[in-house]
Order: sequence, then C-alpha cells, then structure tokens
Amino acid sequence: MSALLELDDVRARYGPVQALHGVSLTVDEGEIVAVLGANGAGKTTTLRAISNSVRREGGIRFAGKPVGRGGPDDVARLGIAHVPEGRGTFAELSVWENLRLGAYTRRGPIKDDLERVSAYFPWIEERRSQQAGTLSGGEQQMLALARAFMQRPRLLLLDEPSLGLAPRLVTEIFRIIKDLNDTEGLTVLVVEQNAHIALQLAQTAYVLEVGRVALSGPSAELQAHDSVRRSYLGY
Amino acid sequence: MRKTPSAGLLAAGIAAVALALLPFQLSGYHQGIASRVAIYFIAILGLNILTGYTGQISIGHGAFMAIGGYTTALMSSNHDTNLLLTLPLSFAITFGAGVLVGIPALRLSGVYLALATFAFAVSVPQFALKFSKFTGGSNGIRTTHTGSHIWLYGVSWACAAIAFALAWLLLRGRTGRAFRAVRDSEVAAASSGVALPIYKTLAFGVSAAFAGVAGSLFVLVTNGFAQPNEFNLLLSLQLLIGAAVAGLGSLWGVLAGAAFIALLPTVSASIPVVGSAHGQDVVFGLIVILIMVLLPNGVVGILARLARRRRAQA
Amino acid sequence: MSALARKLGAVTQKRRSAVSTGVSLPVLGLLAGVAVFLLVGSFTSTIFAQQTVAGLAQGAIFASLALALVLIYRATEVINFAQGELAMATTFIAYQLIKWGLPYWVAFFATLAIAFVLGAVIQLVVIRPVQHRSVIAVVIVTVGLFILIDGLVTWEWGADLKFMDAPFGNTVYHVGKVAFSRNDLGVLLVSILSVFLLWVLFQFTKLGLAMRAAALRPAAASLVGVRVNWMLAIGWGFAAVLGAVAGLMTEPTQFLQPTMMQPILLYAFAAAVLGGLESAAGAVVGGLMLGVFLNLLGQYVGFATSELRLPIAFGVLLLVLLVKPNGLLGRKQVRRV
Repeated sequence: MSALLELDDVRARYGPVQALHGVSLTVDEGEIVAVLGANGAGKTTTLRAISNSVRREGGIRFAGKPVGRGGPDDVARLGIAHVPEGRGTFAELSVWENLRLGAYTRRGPIKDDLERVSAYFPWIEERRSQQAGTLSGGEQQMLALARAFMQRPRLLLLDEPSLGLAPRLVTEIFRIIKDLNDTEGLTVLVVEQNAHIALQLAQTAYVLEVGRVALSGPSAELQAHDSVRRSYLGY
Repeated sequence: MRKTPSAGLLAAGIAAVALALLPFQLSGYHQGIASRVAIYFIAILGLNILTGYTGQISIGHGAFMAIGGYTTALMSSNHDTNLLLTLPLSFAITFGAGVLVGIPALRLSGVYLALATFAFAVSVPQFALKFSKFTGGSNGIRTTHTGSHIWLYGVSWACAAIAFALAWLLLRGRTGRAFRAVRDSEVAAASSGVALPIYKTLAFGVSAAFAGVAGSLFVLVTNGFAQPNEFNLLLSLQLLIGAAVAGLGSLWGVLAGAAFIALLPTVSASIPVVGSAHGQDVVFGLIVILIMVLLPNGVVGILARLARRRRAQA
Repeated sequence: MSALARKLGAVTQKRRSAVSTGVSLPVLGLLAGVAVFLLVGSFTSTIFAQQTVAGLAQGAIFASLALALVLIYRATEVINFAQGELAMATTFIAYQLIKWGLPYWVAFFATLAIAFVLGAVIQLVVIRPVQHRSVIAVVIVTVGLFILIDGLVTWEWGADLKFMDAPFGNTVYHVGKVAFSRNDLGVLLVSILSVFLLWVLFQFTKLGLAMRAAALRPAAASLVGVRVNWMLAIGWGFAAVLGAVAGLMTEPTQFLQPTMMQPILLYAFAAAVLGGLESAAGAVVGGLMLGVFLNLLGQYVGFATSELRLPIAFGVLLLVLLVKPNGLLGRKQVRRV
C-alpha cells in the first residue's frame, strides 16, 4: 500500500499565531485516517495546510510529488477534495449547481457521476432545484459529500462531518463515507471531535495536541488503551 | 509625529515670512497660481477634517465651493457687497449647507456616502442652470469689482492662515479627539459618550464652510466669474485626491496636496512627453494610482514613518 | 486558538448571510402596478406613449451601465466610479476604428472585444492590489482611474464635440398617431439583447456558474478548483462590455465628448441603487423605471425641466439609500461588516 499523502514537519500560522508546530503524517492509498484532538489542537489547520488554504512551511507530497504553494484551486486540480468547516456549500445556489461546481475540474461528461450520486443520496434528484441554504444540516452535509464525490478525487479531506448533526445522521454519514471508501476506493482523511465514532471508521489515527502529533497508530490500539482513551480522546 | 511646539511654531513663522515676501518675487501670473495653492489648501483642509478626521467620505466638496462662490458673485453683483465681507457670509451659508447635507449623511456610511456626495456634486451645478434668471445660467455671474493679483494673493493666504489656525484649534482639543474617535470606531465613540450625530454634522458643516470660502476666493481669482462648469465633477474628484495624496489625517500634508493640484498644470506642461496642460489629468491619475498601489499611507505617511524610524534609532 | 482560527476561517470565506431571494410581494405588486399604469397611459395618450418608449430607450442605457456596476459590485464589492469613463473611452475607440475605415457594426463588435480586455486588465493591474484595503482606498483608486481615463481621452482626441454615423438611422415610425424613432427602438433592442445574452451566459454556462460562485463564496469556489482571481477579472471584462454598449447607445443622442457619460453614470448609480446594488434584475428594472419616470415627469410637471433631471436622479438615489437601502429587489444588509 503506497503512501498517497505525506506531511513532513508542516508548520502553519495565522498572522503572529503559530497553529501547527511541525505535523508529520502519512495517509496510504485506500485508507481512512482520522485526525483527532481537542479544540484548538490544529486539526482544521492541518487540512487547510494541505489544501493551501493557509500559508504553510514544510513538505507535503501527494502521490509522490510535492504539492506546490499555489492556491486551493491548484490543490483541487491535483485530485484532492476538501470539505471544509461549514461544508463550503454555496447556499445561494441550487443543489444541482452545487453538484456541477463540484465537478468543475472534470473535463468529460458528468452524467454518470450524477447518477451515482443519486444512488448514494436518493433525495438529491427530486430536490435538485432547491436552494442549498434551505436544506437541513444533515442534508447539507450529504450535499457536501456529494459535491466532493463529483470531483472524483483521489483523496477526500473531511473537516468534522459530524458537527451539529443528530447521532442517527452521524451514523448515516459515516456509513456513506465507509461505502465510498469500500466501493470507490476513495482515500479519506477525516478530522473529528467525535473520537469514538471516528475510530470505528478509520484504520489509523493521529492525535494532535497544540499543533503537534502527540500520538498515532492503528485505531484498534488507540481504542484498546484505557489511559489513552481517557487522556487524549475524552471517553 | 508631534514635533516639539517650539519647532512647529518656528517652522510656521518661517513659512509665514516666506509667504509674505514671496509675491514680490513673482509675476502676476505666478501670483495667481500661488493664490490657487492657498485656495486648494483651504478646501482640502476642510475635506481633511471631514474625511481624514471623522472618516466620512465626500466626493462632493466642489459643490460646496460652488455655493460659496456663487454667494460671493451674487452678493457682489446684486448688492455690490464689499468683496471681503462676502467671505464670512459665504462661510456661514456653506456651513448651513454642510449641516443640511450632514444630517442625511448620518444614515449613510462608507461607499454609500461617497455615492451620495458624488451625486450631490453632479447635481448642484444643475441648479445654477435651472434658475438661470438669478444665476446667469451657463454664462454665470460676475462680481462688480475684482482685485489685483497681489491683493488676491494677500487675501487668499490670509484666509489660509486663518483656516489653518481654526482647524488646528478645533482639532487639538476635545472636538478633535471626538472626531478621531468617530473615525476609528463609531461604536466605541458612542459608548464612551461622544454624541455622534452632533460631531459628525459639525464636521460636515465646518468642512463645507472651508470649501465655501475657498469657492469664494476661487471666483475672485478667476476674474470674478462664477460659472457652473468651473465647479464641475472633476473639481470634487481633485479635492478628494488632494486630501488623499496628502495623507488623510495630517494637517501639514494638506499643503503638499494643495500644491500638487495647483501646480500640476504648469508642471505637466513642461514634461516633454506630456506636452500640454491637457495631459495634466493623465499625470494626475497615474500618480494617484501609483501612490495608492505602492504607498498605502500617502506621501506624508511615508515621511511620518521615516521620522518615527529616525527617532527610534536616536 | 480554535476560536481565532474559526474567525479567520469565516473572514476568508467572506460568508454572506444567505438565503432569501429579496423579491417581496409588495414590490412585485408595485412593479405590476407600474406596468399597468404605463400600458393604460400609452393607450390613452399619444404623447404618453411616445414619452414612455423614449424613456424606455434611455432607461435601457441606464440599465446597461447599472448592470455593469452591479456586476462589479457583486463580484468584488467595489463601486467603480470610473465605469462611465471607461464606457466613454471605449466609445471613442469605436469612433477611431470607424475613422480608420471599419464599418459601424464591425467596429461595434471589435470595440466590445477591446472593452473586455481593458476591463480585465484594469481589474488585474489596478484593482487587485487595493481590493482588500479600506473603503476610502478603493474609492480613491477608482476616482484616480476616472481622472486618468478622462485625461487620456482628452489628450488623445480633444474635448470638442465629435459625431459618429447614426447606427440606426433617423427614420421615425408611426403606429397610429404615435411616433417612434428608429434610434430609440434600436437602442432598446441592442441593450436588451446584450443584457439577455449576459444573463444566458451567467445562468447556463459553466463559466457563468464559476463566476457566480467566485462572487458569492470565493473561498469555497477556490476549493472546487475555480480560479477566483481570473473570474473576477473576467467579471470586470464583461462589465466593461456592458459599459461599451451603454456608451455606443448614448452617442447618437449625446454625441461624442469626454464628459458624455458623466450624467449617465449618475443615472446608472441611481438605477442600481433603486433596483438594489446586489441585484442584476434590479439594475435592469431600476434603469427602465428611472428612464420612464424622468421622461414622464419632464413631460407632465412643468417645473421639472431638463436641467433638473440630474438633481431628480440624485433625489431618487438619496431617498432609496435613506429609506430602503436594499432597493426594490435587493437582498440583505447594506452595510457589510
């Protein structure tokens, strides 16, 4: 299993505030990797560093090649789909237009992808003209996933998909993510506050603390250790 | 940024002496130009009080100049009022006009105020055309007397000195602090007890009054003629630029801005590529854009930053 | 720390509070009422009909320029005080092309292409560096642009009045007792067509979607691969094209001089504000309404002579800004914090 994404001592800051102090991690192709940690640990910043949404130092390699320091649009064109905090939904546009935007970097016809999206999210077809901002929280999250899927990325970056959702919806969303990983071979890097459910989904996990990797390893191991669970994962 | 009082007074004193002696060295034409520097100085000073100190953007001060200028022309032409007497009258009337504009301006902020004052600047000259029976229409109206070049020089610079003193007194005290508080944060100012509407309207009134006097002098300097196309949109734009190039919020920079506008036609005429005075707007526009893109704080801002750095090293 | 990061994230996303459409029922009722009024009046009185059509033609010009302003405002949140001057300059370019021997309509389309390039270049070179600075900084830059363009045109072509061949001729058609000038009809047709084509571009093409996305949510658009900076430049390009159309349609009646678009700019501002600065439909509706309103007012109110047209437009502008800043079809807040 080759490494799809490698972060090597990545540092990032917001103005004078240093948010990442040297994060290194690896995501293998076909894996689901979770990034965990408390509020303010730097989880979101890590994803933003990968998608060039924040200025960073340190090396990032994708599919063996270094990722340049351009803009988020360059990263998208490499085949990385980033679903940010707030889901990046175009609330003023319709569901359909959101999906079309997801496929912006694609060249060929997208009809097949639209059909597959409908298979994962059956409600999308009949609500395609609805303004995306009027969807419920859960539907918006699903739309975000659908939009990312339309991009046909090799790597999916997810920022707290469970945020603000009822437990039943969270289970549903994570089931879909697992499905995408199994059937489409989509590699996923997911940032989560909800460590419990994230560890059930991911094979590997990294725990961040104050902008550094404090702990990492297979999820099973992290779940097994009581002390680790209590001090780092809060349950 | 504040020099020691004695240094400032000394500089002012030297400037005053230089200005007093200057006209005798110049030809009539150049005395006229020097008078124009004073006129723009007064107008930009006023605009600076409004935009630099209370942060209200006005692209309409040419209109206030028009009101002042027409006041002088009409008073002189209809009632043969002493020219010097029309100046305080012009001050008072445009102050009133400024307050009237300032009241609705309270509800507009930022670029919307710029928009409204822009429209104001375009509209006011139209009234001169509409009521042509009183205002002489597009031909304008003329004062009954005019002054000599040197007399105009003296009056203009005397007014400039008075205006500067007035502005300085206004801005150093409580009012000035209130103005600056309004610019920096309206919310903070209001919550610390600054009566926003009063100060904002006052700023409008004062700045308009300054422009009004400048307008009166402008009419006198242009052979006593008050015409609508003398107070066109371009004038308002130039005033705003003059204030900005000077660095908003600085009294001394105003002189630089005024000189810039008044001397530009002459300067650009002598640049080989530009050739005529027609090219002055090209030079003007280019300089503005270059400054804004390259120097965020205006020319005076650069100087202030240099002065600060020198003091830190000392 | 996370709070700071979130705040910075929100700032860079430039989130607009979604989501309503802004077209309320009372406004629709008002517009319907106005339309009925105009129709009834036109059938009742010949002069009314003539003034309405002439007003619509004028209003179509206001609408084109207003739409350009709205386009730029929506994309970059800049009020471009130089829009009128750019329109004027491109009209002069058309004049020059015709002098060099090109037929009118060839010069017309060539000018549109040139305008597009000019608009995009201006955004890239002049506006982009100052886009994120204070309001006053952006105002000064567009004012500087105004002066520069005005100066360039005066320097190159002079300030005296010039004339171009009438694109639509001077014939007058008669429908019953009502006289319509061919020029007015031509202006209406060209303006409406331009606006329509632009609408099609924005609503139905991938580029249009990308441009809308870049204007609405630049950060999110970037994440799906949209080159936001290019989209903004293209937006300015299309705005310049609309301006060129407005200028070329103005020339037959106002003739060619450097100051020709200055009053039109004021009307366009008033129209854009009336319709709602954020609303493209509003710009069109506002422009048409303003054109008809000014004409009918001038016809039926003796005091409202032609010199007062500009002050009246100013009055409309001020009234809307004070009473209903979002305009007729606009959306949320006027003051974006």
